[in-house]
Amino acid sequence: MKTLNQYILFKDLMKGLWKENPVFRLLLGMCPTLAVTTAAINGLSMGLAVTFVLFFSSTFVSLIRRVVPIQVRIATFVVVIATFVTMVDLFLKGFFPPISKTLGPYVPLIVVNCIILARQEAFASKSPLHRAIADALGMGIGFTLALIVLASVREILGMGSIFGIRLLGDWFRPWVIMILPAGAFLTLGIAIGLMNLLTSKITSKSEHRKENSFKS
Amino acid sequence: MGMKAWAFEDLEAGILQPFGISEKEGLFRMRELLGIFIGAVIINNFVLRYFLGICPFLGVSNRIDSAISMGLAVTFVMTFVAPITWLINTFILVRFKVPFLEYVSFIIVIAAFVQLVEMFVRKVSSTLYRTLGIYLPLITTNCVILFTALILVLRKYTFIQSVIFGFGAGVGFTLALGIMAGIREEIDFADVPKPLQGAGITLIIAGLLALAFMGFSGFLS
Repeated sequence: MKTLNQYILFKDLMKGLWKENPVFRLLLGMCPTLAVTTAAINGLSMGLAVTFVLFFSSTFVSLIRRVVPIQVRIATFVVVIATFVTMVDLFLKGFFPPISKTLGPYVPLIVVNCIILARQEAFASKSPLHRAIADALGMGIGFTLALIVLASVREILGMGSIFGIRLLGDWFRPWVIMILPAGAFLTLGIAIGLMNLLTSKITSKSEHRKENSFKS
Repeated sequence: MGMKAWAFEDLEAGILQPFGISEKEGLFRMRELLGIFIGAVIINNFVLRYFLGICPFLGVSNRIDSAISMGLAVTFVMTFVAPITWLINTFILVRFKVPFLEYVSFIIVIAAFVQLVEMFVRKVSSTLYRTLGIYLPLITTNCVILFTALILVLRKYTFIQSVIFGFGAGVGFTLALGIMAGIREEIDFADVPKPLQGAGITLIIAGLLALAFMGFSGFLS
C-alpha cells in the first residue's frame, strides 16, 4: 500500500467481505437472507438491490452528515433509505417483473434492513465520503456473496440446480426441506457455526505462530 | 372448519344479533376474521414462516420474561399501526394516486407512532417503561411492523380485518419468541458445541420449530 490512507480505505472495503461480514459475523439483515435464498438467482438479485441502496444511502448520508441534527438523525436515515428502496422496487417491477414477484414484499423490507441502518448510524454519518463508500461497497458485496453461498447450497440440495442450470442428474432426490422455511433456518445456523469454527481456527493458528515467534 | 361449523354458527348468531347484523353477513365476517387471526398466529407465523423479526428473535429470546415483554410491546404497537396504515393507504395513497409514497409514508408513521408510545409510557408508568420501554426503539426497524402494513394493503383487507391481522401478527410473534425463550432457557444447561453457541443453535432450533409449525398448514380449508 502506498500510503496509510489507502491502507485504511482498503481495510474499510475488505472488512465487509469476511471479518465483519454482515450476515455471518455481524448477524444483521437475517430477514431477507432467510427469505430469498431459495435459489441462487434470487440471492444475487437481493444482494445487488441491497448493495445499490446501501451505496447511495451511505453516499447521501455522508454528504449531509454535518447538517442533520442528532435528534432526528435516525428518522432522516430511514427516509433516505426508503427513497432509494422505492427506486429499486420500481426498477425491478419495471425491468425484471419475475424477479420482483419472487422477492415480493422483501424488497420494501430493505428499508428496515438492519445492515443499512446500522452502517449509516455507525459509520456513514461519521465518516468522510470516500470511506463511507468503501464501507458500503464492502458490506454490500459481502452480503451478496453470503446470500449467493447460502442460496446455492439450498438450491443444489433442494432442487439439484444452480442458477437454473441442472447440476445433479435424475438419480438425485431433492431435499425439499431445503427450499422450505425450516431449511433456511437450518442452513443459516450451520453456516454460522462453520464460520465461527473457521474463524476460531484461524485466530488460534495465528496466536500459535505469535507465541512460537515470541519464544524463539 | 367443517365439523364444528354448526356450533360456531349458533355462537356467531348469538353474539351478533344484538348488534343488528344479519346472520349471513355476520357469519361470513366472523369466520373470516377468525381465519385471519389463526392464520397470522399459527399457520403463517410471522417469525417461522415469513422470517420477520429475526434480530429481536435472536437477541431477546434467551429469557422468557424479556421475550414476553418484547412480544407484548410489539403486539401493542402492531394493533394500532395496522389500522393507521390502512387509513393512510385509503385516504391518502389511493385517493391522491401516489402509491409510490407507500414505503416512505408507512415508515414515517411507524417511527412517529413508536416515538409517541415511548414518550407516553415513560410519562405514565415508570415500571412499565422499564420493562417494555427499551424495546420500543428496536421495534421501529423491526420488519414485522412494516411487513404487516404492506401485506394488509396487498391483500386489500378491510379496516376491521387490518386490526385483527395486526393483533394476530403480534400474538404470533410473541408465541414464537416465548417458545424459543423456553427452549433456550432449557439448553442453557446443555453441552452445545462452541461454534454453534448463540446464534447457530438458536437458528437450528428455529428450523425445527418451523418444521413443526408447517404441520398446521391445511388447517383452514
